[in-house]
Amino acid sequence: MNPVDKRRREFFGQAAAIAGAMIAPGLMLYEYAQAGDGAARPRAPGEPVNSKVRWGMLIDTTKCAPGCRDCVDACNRENGLPGTTRATDSQWIRKVDLKDLKTGKAVSLPVLCQHCAEPPCVDVCPTGASFKREDGIVLVDRHTCIGCRYCMMACPYKARSFVHENTTGQSPDVPRGKGCVESCTLCVHKVDKGGTPSCVEACAAAGHQAIVFGDLNDPSSEISKRVRAAATTQLRADLRTDNGVRYQGL
Amino acid sequence: MTAAGFLRAILAATLLLAGSGAGLVASAAGPAVDAARSGPCVEDPAVMRRSHMDFLKHDRDDTVRRGIRGIKHSLSACVDCHASKADGRVLGSEKHFCQGCHTYAAVKVDCFDCHASTARPSATAAAAAPGRTR
Amino acid sequence: METRSARRAFWTLLAAGGAVLAVALGAAHYMEVHGHAVTGMNNQVVWGLPHVFAIFLIVAASGALNVASIGSVFGESDYKPHAPLSVLLTVALLAGGLMVLVLDLGRPERLVVAATHYNFRSIFAWNMILYNGLFAICALYLWALLERRLGRFARPVGLAAFAWRVILTTGTGSIFGFLVARQAYASGVIAPLFIALSLAWGLAIFHLAQWGLARLAGREPMDAELHARVRRLLAIFVIAALYFVAVHHLTNLYWAKQVAFERFILVSGAPYPALFWAGYVVLGSLVPLVLLFHPRLSGARATAAASVLVALGALAFLYVFIVGGQAFPLEIFPGYEAASTFGDGRADGYSPSLPEFLLGLGGLAASFLIALAGARALPILAPAKVAIAAPAPAK
Ligand code: HEC
Ligand code: HEC
Ligand code: HEC
Repeated sequence: MNPVDKRRREFFGQAAAIAGAMIAPGLMLYEYAQAGDGAARPRAPGEPVNSKVRWGMLIDTTKCAPGCRDCVDACNRENGLPGTTRATDSQWIRKVDLKDLKTGKAVSLPVLCQHCAEPPCVDVCPTGASFKREDGIVLVDRHTCIGCRYCMMACPYKARSFVHENTTGQSPDVPRGKGCVESCTLCVHKVDKGGTPSCVEACAAAGHQAIVFGDLNDPSSEISKRVRAAATTQLRADLRTDNGVRYQGL
Repeated sequence: MTAAGFLRAILAATLLLAGSGAGLVASAAGPAVDAARSGPCVEDPAVMRRSHMDFLKHDRDDTVRRGIRGIKHSLSACVDCHASKADGRVLGSEKHFCQGCHTYAAVKVDCFDCHASTARPSATAAAAAPGRTR
Repeated sequence: METRSARRAFWTLLAAGGAVLAVALGAAHYMEVHGHAVTGMNNQVVWGLPHVFAIFLIVAASGALNVASIGSVFGESDYKPHAPLSVLLTVALLAGGLMVLVLDLGRPERLVVAATHYNFRSIFAWNMILYNGLFAICALYLWALLERRLGRFARPVGLAAFAWRVILTTGTGSIFGFLVARQAYASGVIAPLFIALSLAWGLAIFHLAQWGLARLAGREPMDAELHARVRRLLAIFVIAALYFVAVHHLTNLYWAKQVAFERFILVSGAPYPALFWAGYVVLGSLVPLVLLFHPRLSGARATAAASVLVALGALAFLYVFIVGGQAFPLEIFPGYEAASTFGDGRADGYSPSLPEFLLGLGGLAASFLIALAGARALPILAPAKVAIAAPAPAK
């Protein structure tokens, strides 16, 4: 660590301790007051994510229209993905069409990073670039990813893509580039500011309301209520990865 | 526009009015660059010249790993401030802010493989406003 | 004393190897500049030909230590004169394999990150420690073997090398064995399978190198009686590998119930069944066994031919194992038929491109160069008196 870093860190460490002691009781009251209305408490600026929150998604397949790609298009737009579907192109979210082999029933649903509580990609990553944030969002730190692609081998959901070519036209909020692995970030750049992932917004805007996003740890959030009320499934539950993304009607 | 973007725009506009006509002092190190700046740098320029790489690398973990937005040394904020008046970019020629020095100092900086080298539209709008010179 | 023609042959081989390596480095650079889009690899088949070559070299590296281990650890003194070559080959093969692995990374320039950021839960990270450790141990081992005064250390270091490489191959196998999500890999049999494969592949490479270097030096490769024993050993290892391959597929069929996957790999999923049966089983195992057991083919040349076939069979096996294993669609929705724009429910194509093939060849070339230069710089070949004392082997 260089001296500047060290001094800064010490200073911030002390400052944070003092500030924490001063405002913590207030924050706790605030949190208490907020708990009732189902909204996750927005973090104070400068406050790191914590494990009181676990972000999750509930996808109601009965409301997901076959052929509708609004969530996919919104994701591509938000994250500056090309949107083409060659075998080397990134797809952070994809529509999968299923047919029940016994009954012939057809189901359509989006598949994205399942934001596992026990993510295999994180276990196998040699440099620790694949990591899970305290609030359950599984990400690739593209500053330490060396592009070995072992996480793609390990992911049970094929949720990850490798950037095979030089990128252009990135959004300032969503850097991405050649030689690293990437996947759905749950639009972390928006969620950190109190926003909602773009796919969820697009699905709602189209009137389908097939995706609910929220805090699985907050018993009063809509997603928690829905998960309590109806039977939902996690993909490949046999692997016990405890996915943050759940499906209804599968 | 996000709240942060809005605040930034307000800040930029205020500083614009305050600083209009006051030319910024050219740096002694490095070549002349054509950059649109909308306020004082996040650190003293002399410190910044020496240590910007360390600041950037230190703070990025705060955003990437700990989810803290609006970090002091945000790369996208550097770009928003330091983008060229002419084309809104920090790269492209030796006259561009982040490129000029690096070519001069012969360092290879790969950040813009991934990070946008163009200012956000809101920031360029501010940068395109009249009355500001380097 | 080296003859002029021997010297010329050495430099010619060195130049040829160097040329292949140079082309490979060019190919790797091309891949880095343009991205992996210029390879056949994609988001479904994420590991391709470079990994086939790299894993082959790394697995063979561990097995190349066989002869040294037999000499130092199991005390068979006949083997001792050949131990230095055995250790040198381990270093050479490992270096070649790692070179390919590193140059195939999406961001090879970030290799320092791999050295400074460690995730201790990752088998991959453990393997990096194991690979570097094997280099260090082999360097010590070679030193102890070549330096008379250090002779007494040869045995303990040899023991450490033996233990280390068994762990290392277990680790390499576990890279795949721990991939619980994939029908092709999740299996406890893979670690022992890799050990059996390493014994056969490494000994085959040892035979080849021994044969080639002796020819280059213009003398008989090995004492005939010893040669016959090492030959038999190779045959036994090839059989052991076949046995573990069979066990792997049978447990998949009967125990893990991966019937669809087995059908794909062994019967229907062209080109993998052909590569498996014709490439690995027939050409890479059965034909070598005939060559090795046939009483009329007991010469060094037959052994060398068998060794070449074992190595080619190894590449076929790994192609099926690595590429075929990924091409089979991941089962995310049991009981459903799936379709999507991202390859769900369908077997994926992979056609290797020239650059990645060249990169793989470059790994072989790097190993070749290290072995060749090492054998010249160090007193690696068994002392000539062994060969002179031996009766001329029947051709
Ligand atoms: C609010 C706008 C703003 C932001 C944000 C900002 N800067 Fe600056 N920066 C300036 C201004 C204005 C100057 C010129 C000061 C001067 O020359 O006296 C400057 C000067 C500098 C200098 C010295 C240049 C020279 O030629 O001496 C460097 C280096 C620099 N900034 C880098 C950065 C980096 C890296 C970041 C992001 C971490 C950043 N700046 C963020 C406005 C900004
Ligand atoms: C392979 C792609 C890639 C490269 C190369 C890269 N970054 Fe990033 N960077 C990202 C991603 C992805 C994020 C996460 C953005 C987010 O979560 O909002 C990020 C975020 C950041 C952030 C926090 C967000 C911001 O805008 O302030 C900083 C600071 C940062 N990077 C600095 C750097 C620096 C300095 C370099 C060059 C040394 C660099 N990055 C190179 C992909 C990259
Ligand atoms: C005043 C000249 C100057 C300007 C302007 C400048 N840099 Fe630098 N930068 C340097 C020098 C000199 C180095 C090399 C420092 C070293 O190697 O110790 C460097 C190194 C870096 C590094 C570290 C590279 C590495 O991987 O080691 C990063 C990141 C970086 N600069 C980012 C930026 C960004 C982003 C901007 C534009 C906002 C910028 N710099 C503008 C002079 C400058």
